[in-house]
Amino acid sequence: MLLHDIAHCRAGDKGDTSTLSLFPYRDEDFDLLVREVTADRVRAHLADHVVGEVLRYELPNLCALQFTCRQALDGGVTTSLALDTHGKALSSRLLSLDLRRRDG
Amino acid sequence: MRIGSGAGFAGDRIEPAVDLAARAELDDLVLECLAERTIALGQQRKLRDSALGYDPRLRARFERLLPAAREHGVRIVTNMGAANPLAAGILTRDLLAELGLRGKIAVVTGDDVLDRLDPRIPALEDGIPLADHGAVVSANAYLGAEALLPALDTGADVVLTGRVADPSLFVAPLAHRLGWELDDLSRIAAGTLVGHLLECAGQVTGGYFADPGVKDVPGLAELGFPFAEVAADGTATIGKLADTGGVVSTATVREQLLYEVTDPTGYRTPDVVLDFRGVRAEQAGADRVRISGAAGRARPEELKASVGYRAGYRAECGISYAGPNAARRAQLAADVVTTRLRGTGLRIRADVLGAFGDSGEPADECRLRVAAMAPDPEAADVVCHEVEALYTNGPAGGGGVRADVREVIGIVSALIPRSDVETRVTVLEVDGAAA
Repeated sequence: MLLHDIAHCRAGDKGDTSTLSLFPYRDEDFDLLVREVTADRVRAHLADHVVGEVLRYELPNLCALQFTCRQALDGGVTTSLALDTHGKALSSRLLSLDLRRRDG
Repeated sequence: MRIGSGAGFAGDRIEPAVDLAARAELDDLVLECLAERTIALGQQRKLRDSALGYDPRLRARFERLLPAAREHGVRIVTNMGAANPLAAGILTRDLLAELGLRGKIAVVTGDDVLDRLDPRIPALEDGIPLADHGAVVSANAYLGAEALLPALDTGADVVLTGRVADPSLFVAPLAHRLGWELDDLSRIAAGTLVGHLLECAGQVTGGYFADPGVKDVPGLAELGFPFAEVAADGTATIGKLADTGGVVSTATVREQLLYEVTDPTGYRTPDVVLDFRGVRAEQAGADRVRISGAAGRARPEELKASVGYRAGYRAECGISYAGPNAARRAQLAADVVTTRLRGTGLRIRADVLGAFGDSGEPADECRLRVAAMAPDPEAADVVCHEVEALYTNGPAGGGGVRADVREVIGIVSALIPRSDVETRVTVLEVDGAAA
């Protein structure tokens, strides 16, 4: 089961930091996300893109997990050499996380 | 009161804004058109021509928008002044006259702090002095709602600003009409939350949301922009015009709520430090979502400033490969071109894009993309030349070379004491006869 099957995500950028907001389609799946989608697992899954630390905030009031990923945008939108300078595609990359696999 | 959002970035569409102005019974329509780097690009244009530097689409937008806004008594608040708000004000005044309309324009200046920001202070991002990043060309402080209130007090029909924190563009008219004091933390937090939800326009009505078969958005081609009905206590309902495309749901609202928020326990704006931990979003009808529960702590003592510097020149080039073995030929081209450029010492990146399909099989067509940062246009051209040379000096079947070199204005941030920032309001008027 891919994360994409049960959750949606939006990426935002601030300087060289990417924010990834993750929400289950069904509120009752929030606990599953809290359990499975840890900061370490996100960091490992996005290792090709995120150089710095990953912080996770839990917002049960919104059934949301917020990941703040440092050094994720090749220096930031103005001087990045990436095609997707804002890192918009990181939201979809996170959703390709396979929840059945334990190797992240 | 009812406040709408008519643009969420400099490249936004104008039709939904005109529709809102004409039919949504708005009090205010806010157009947010400055991204982090947009004002530095404006400064670049202003350096070339001192009469420019405002949003390049200002005239095109206002030609469509001002007649509807003036007819329906909708006040416009926008940061389309960008790097040159006064020039934007003059253009707007002349345009009003040209259109045979009356109106008062209030221009807010003072965000440009280039002459008072010490280039030796460290950047927030990396602790390295601002000037060590490259020649500093611009510095603009993020103004808060307090800078806009005197402009609103003039009774202006159009308020033009340069750099203002995005939510503050909404907080100011909300506070002005609802009689909020700027030190009323819970109301200013609520207003900031409304502003944060509306500032990206279509992103809360289903733009940037659709994922076919999973997150379907009806009528995306006719996407409508949002408005908020805000009560005096700050609770609000986000909605859109019923016969427009898009969707307002708890899902679209939640995605926008946390957009670009690096710390949901303390989102810093010039007006308040917003805490999202008690925020709730509930469906209150078709395309209506009620939001509540914003909490705030006292605003920061210092303002953030965006500092633009000359970062060099970016070369961006590509070549395509198709058919059997396309991905391996593209990868060989990447290896060849990076080997040939090894001696340049430039920061270079080579990606093979689209090499594999969804199920992992090699794609029928893929593209090598090479990007580099160079100190001058000549060094950047060396990169483009090597990619172009792949035509006859690289793998089989490469085609469609495109190459582009452009100057890059980098952005870093610094803090500036509020007392170092002086804002001012200039009023321009068209009384109808003097046109």
